[in-house]
Amino acid sequence: MKVSGDTVRRYGLGLLSHVLLVAIWYVGVKYGRVPAFVMPTPTATVATLGGENYNWLGNTLVTASEIFGGYFLAVVAGVLLAMSFTWSRTAEDAVMPLLVSLNMVPKVALGPLVIVWLSYGIVPNMIIAFSICFFPILLTTARGLREVEPELLDLVRSLRGSKWQIFTKIQLPGALPYIFSGMKVGAILAVAGAIVGEFLGSSRGLGYLMLQVQVTLDTAGMFMAVILITLIGVALYGIVIGLERLIVVRDARVQ
Amino acid sequence: MTEPFIHIAGVRKTYRKGEEEFLAISDASFDVEAGELVSLVGPSGCGKTTLLKILAGLHDYDAGEVRIGTREHPFDPSRDVGMVFQQPLLLKWRRVLQNVLLPSEILGLPGRESRERACELLAMVGLAGFEDKYPYELSGGMQQRAAIARALVHDPKLVLMDEPFGALDALTREKMNLELLAIWQRSKKTIVFVTHGISEAVFLGTRVVVFTAGPARMADNISIQLPYPRTLDLKTHEAFGDYTRRIYRLLGME
Repeated sequence: MKVSGDTVRRYGLGLLSHVLLVAIWYVGVKYGRVPAFVMPTPTATVATLGGENYNWLGNTLVTASEIFGGYFLAVVAGVLLAMSFTWSRTAEDAVMPLLVSLNMVPKVALGPLVIVWLSYGIVPNMIIAFSICFFPILLTTARGLREVEPELLDLVRSLRGSKWQIFTKIQLPGALPYIFSGMKVGAILAVAGAIVGEFLGSSRGLGYLMLQVQVTLDTAGMFMAVILITLIGVALYGIVIGLERLIVVRDARVQ
Repeated sequence: MTEPFIHIAGVRKTYRKGEEEFLAISDASFDVEAGELVSLVGPSGCGKTTLLKILAGLHDYDAGEVRIGTREHPFDPSRDVGMVFQQPLLLKWRRVLQNVLLPSEILGLPGRESRERACELLAMVGLAGFEDKYPYELSGGMQQRAAIARALVHDPKLVLMDEPFGALDALTREKMNLELLAIWQRSKKTIVFVTHGISEAVFLGTRVVVFTAGPARMADNISIQLPYPRTLDLKTHEAFGDYTRRIYRLLGME
């Protein structure tokens, strides 16, 4: 692929706005006489990475595994359940309204219950991350599988094509853009779910760490934790976007 | 008299929508010889698309007889139908060649021969060199040509077209009419062509079957005695005007 001047310009401007934000942050804190416990400088924030007591690597790995684990489960379960609907109209008509209702339940409100049921640890937080991103993935996948031109079905049926052929050649590839659209929404939600879980009760992870350093008004530490949480989210989102680019033809993508 | 390739006699079809019964076709009767290009013309709701779906084996019917195929031209309903719709309905995620190959994949036809045939057909519809493009890289007319190639790839004996050029602009449509005639003459397929363009129906057809709506019924079956190959000049000929006037009159549009 040839890199056009326009692409360079777009990426350049995008990068510039990021750098500018950090610069404003730095200048604002440095010369605006903002107390460090309210707002640390970027340099002070990054400096916490050298701190002994934070255990950044360990906590990041814990949070990342909660996010990735819950997310992965949600993608597998959401896509499989949506697929099962294509085989049974009755199942869909019965289960779908229930799922729509359950989708209305604020998932973070279930956090305390999950902790009662499963106690502290990685698994309950994974479950909270799962529950919050499962529904958007399921619902968009189900919608994508349903969104088939009826005449395309006529075409396949006129050749006495099987249900399986319709599924593999028309429905599933046609639903891929929707699946990815749900996966992108889910990726952002999974991060929020895991962190809420850690806030509610945990003994490890970046959310837990934030509560620990909050007590000592270590704002720089909290900032760093937020940045790392964001980076985990960016990594997950990046993987999803990369897969989408690889699998879904440009024009078919849901914008 | 030889046996017709398609024999339709007294076909009636009703849809039920709740309590109401809706008559889609009443008493349609006409024959199509092998190799004919028959136009079905009429307003929306006259049952022409329903009849097409009956021919495709997608709908059943309440009364009458539909028989396709003769001893000379046997017809296998599972592999002898090609369909073209108003929208090209190409699969966005497949390249043009892979789109054309869809029917042969469904029928499980051998891959190499199918590919060769698909390439020949793409060349015939003027899409040589576009095999590896995605549908979005093609214009509407080109997409519809690919859809026609797809309808022919499994070498069906009967091609059913439901307003295939209805979504195209007027100039492209005229061009596609000429190309369809060329394709028809080269492929020697039997084509049933649904349209609500009266001039298009006369220009293309060896025969025009006219349907009226409200209530749906078959109004006439007109043999078009105009020589092939047809060119656009034909539309200015007196005989062409006579045929179209006759159909306008049947549809109460004088």
